Amino acid sequence: MTPEMELLLVNNIKDRFGSSIIQTTVQFGEVAHTVKKDALLDICRYLKTDPSLRMNFLMDVAGVDFYPEKPRFTVVYHLLSLITKLRLRLKVRIEDGEKVPSLTALWKSADWPEREAYDMFGIVFEGHPDLRRIYMPFDWDGFPLRKDYPLRGYKDRYNPYGEEKK
Amino acid sequence: MNDERVPLKEEAVETKEITLSMGPQHPSTHGVLHLVLDIKGEKVLKADPDIGYLHRGTEKIAENLFYPQFVPYTDRLDYMCAMSNNLAYVAAVEKLLGIEITERAKYIRVVAAELSRIAGHLVCIGAWGVDIGAMSVLLYAFRERELILDLFEMLCGARMTLSYLRVGGVRYDVTPEFKKKCLEFTKILPKRIGEYERLLTGNRIWLERNKGIGALSGEEAIELGLTGPNLRASGVNWDLRKDEPYLVYDRMDFTVPVGSNGDCFDRYTVRIEEMRQALRIIEQALKDMPEGPFNIDTPLIVPPLKQDVYENMEALIHHFKYYSQSFKVPKGEFYSVVEAPKGELGFYVISDGSEKPFRVKIRVPSFANLYAIDRLSRGGYLADVVAVVSSLDPVFGECDK
Amino acid sequence: MPVKESLEGLVQFTKLENILHFLRSNPVTEDVANWSRLSSLWVMTFGLACCAIEMISSACPRYDLDRFGIIFRPSPRQSDVMVVAGTMTKKMAPVVRRLYDQMAEPRWVIAQGGCASAGGPYNTYAVVQGADLVIPVDVYVPGCPTRPEALIFGFMQLQEKIRREKPQLLKERGLEL
Repeated sequence: MTPEMELLLVNNIKDRFGSSIIQTTVQFGEVAHTVKKDALLDICRYLKTDPSLRMNFLMDVAGVDFYPEKPRFTVVYHLLSLITKLRLRLKVRIEDGEKVPSLTALWKSADWPEREAYDMFGIVFEGHPDLRRIYMPFDWDGFPLRKDYPLRGYKDRYNPYGEEKK
Repeated sequence: MNDERVPLKEEAVETKEITLSMGPQHPSTHGVLHLVLDIKGEKVLKADPDIGYLHRGTEKIAENLFYPQFVPYTDRLDYMCAMSNNLAYVAAVEKLLGIEITERAKYIRVVAAELSRIAGHLVCIGAWGVDIGAMSVLLYAFRERELILDLFEMLCGARMTLSYLRVGGVRYDVTPEFKKKCLEFTKILPKRIGEYERLLTGNRIWLERNKGIGALSGEEAIELGLTGPNLRASGVNWDLRKDEPYLVYDRMDFTVPVGSNGDCFDRYTVRIEEMRQALRIIEQALKDMPEGPFNIDTPLIVPPLKQDVYENMEALIHHFKYYSQSFKVPKGEFYSVVEAPKGELGFYVISDGSEKPFRVKIRVPSFANLYAIDRLSRGGYLADVVAVVSSLDPVFGECDK
Repeated sequence: MPVKESLEGLVQFTKLENILHFLRSNPVTEDVANWSRLSSLWVMTFGLACCAIEMISSACPRYDLDRFGIIFRPSPRQSDVMVVAGTMTKKMAPVVRRLYDQMAEPRWVIAQGGCASAGGPYNTYAVVQGADLVIPVDVYVPGCPTRPEALIFGFMQLQEKIRREKPQLLKERGLEL
């Protein structure tokens, strides 16, 4: 990683939002910031509008479940700038039941990935225009990608190898 | 008969707004897409894609398998161009392990990826022709695709879902016979692409149905999250092979076609030109391919050759340990991106130090491309929805994971 | 007199119900009916996943299916055979059942590929373990994906199965559905 990139991606953001950034990792040439939930919208607005960063592309919104640990979920955002060719990763750690502010106001491409995170993990995004299930049928019970959901699902007429419902 | 005509009252004919379900089974929707359309007469007011009819739980399966065992599942994501998906996943695992593959393996991977790109674009153009009504294009495109599938069969035995790339290199070596046939193929194909252009590019019906339909400006495309040929047709010059080069693309000489209007016709011309450039890359890669090993030498990451397993005791023990216990990957996370034929394919792999991944998140280009259907079909006719869906080229194996 | 009796016999024979009875109980008619059904099987395009691409390949110039009389029709009302090509998910299962019910008899089903036969490599929360949990299947063709030659073999096995059918079996035994 070149020193200018490190200056832009790490030091710049740390200086401006020092208190909201919990942890920064630089590994394999990538930068990842773990930020507090309340400062998420401010940091994203800065990243989108700052002329040296201009992150105009939100690649992906991913959810991760660390089941027995607390806080349980992490929401990971991957950002890309087509102008400065820089990539950045933002992480927010939340508990089961907490709500995360939605980024659809800043980047429209966050719409469907947030719906997917809700469908698979049950993470609710505040301010999302239309939060409903996207992959599973609309009346499905449970959130499949959580660590306590069995791989084979629960036993029903379609999959006889599933676990018994408790 | 008297010649009086009764005048038609205005209130006798009225148009209501209805909801039409262009269902999961439809000859023109490229697979299982359920579009809920609100239409008034022939004009579309809103299009809401209902996806998930092919959701198979690939990401959950990844948490229960060893790293090398997951490669066949990545094939079945974008099944028309299988080797690009393998490449993205295998690159992520290799980065986490901290290994660097051999030069020959890099060139072989480039050839495999570009052949997959041509195969994927051929299916796109063939299916697009059938949807619009030009059925002969499908038959011609699949005739060329059979030539590519013959090459794949010569390489590793399977036609479509190959699992040819593995952590540490590739599965089998490239034989001189494959090189010869591949070079012959690069001489045959340009003429055939000329045939498609003669059939379609100047065709009045093709132009009427595609030019000016579904136009999207560059900023809007970035805002909606489009990547790949769809983004380049809107005028944005972003190609991962040139802007963030991986493998040996920085040594190759090729151009990236960029469109101007962002309508369906531009997406078609961009794909045709990409096929021609892919042929250039294949020729250069085959010429420059160095001799040497096609797998790295680290014992536990690469299984032994099958011939050695039958003859040698150490190779047998190695084979047993590899397939029953596999290798541990150090703790970390990485997001690897590849320019797949449909757009930017990303694999976000989190490892917790054991032999099974902790979380694999797949960023699929078709998921983001499909989001643009609502914006592109509003205000257009019902028949234009078909042209727009075909030009965005979604594949539901990867869109629904 | 013999001429009058044979004339009466002829008049009896040309009555409609007697003609139909003669045709139905005749093995030649069965063979002709079965032959006509198996020589022009119209398939409903129902590609779900990767096996669908191999199904399209088998209809294309190299592994031509048209020489068997097999044409692909989009609508279930106009087709005889449904080829379930690809993974059937729990969200898709009611749709498949509805399409099967819309097909007119006589109808057959071919389950193409590992996923349609028994769930394939996907034993997860969202995949139906085999199409036969939803609709009755006649021929199972394994493969992942099924080679076009294997699919053509599957069609030929279905043709064999149709050749041995007895369309009038229920009527012969006096049973009703």
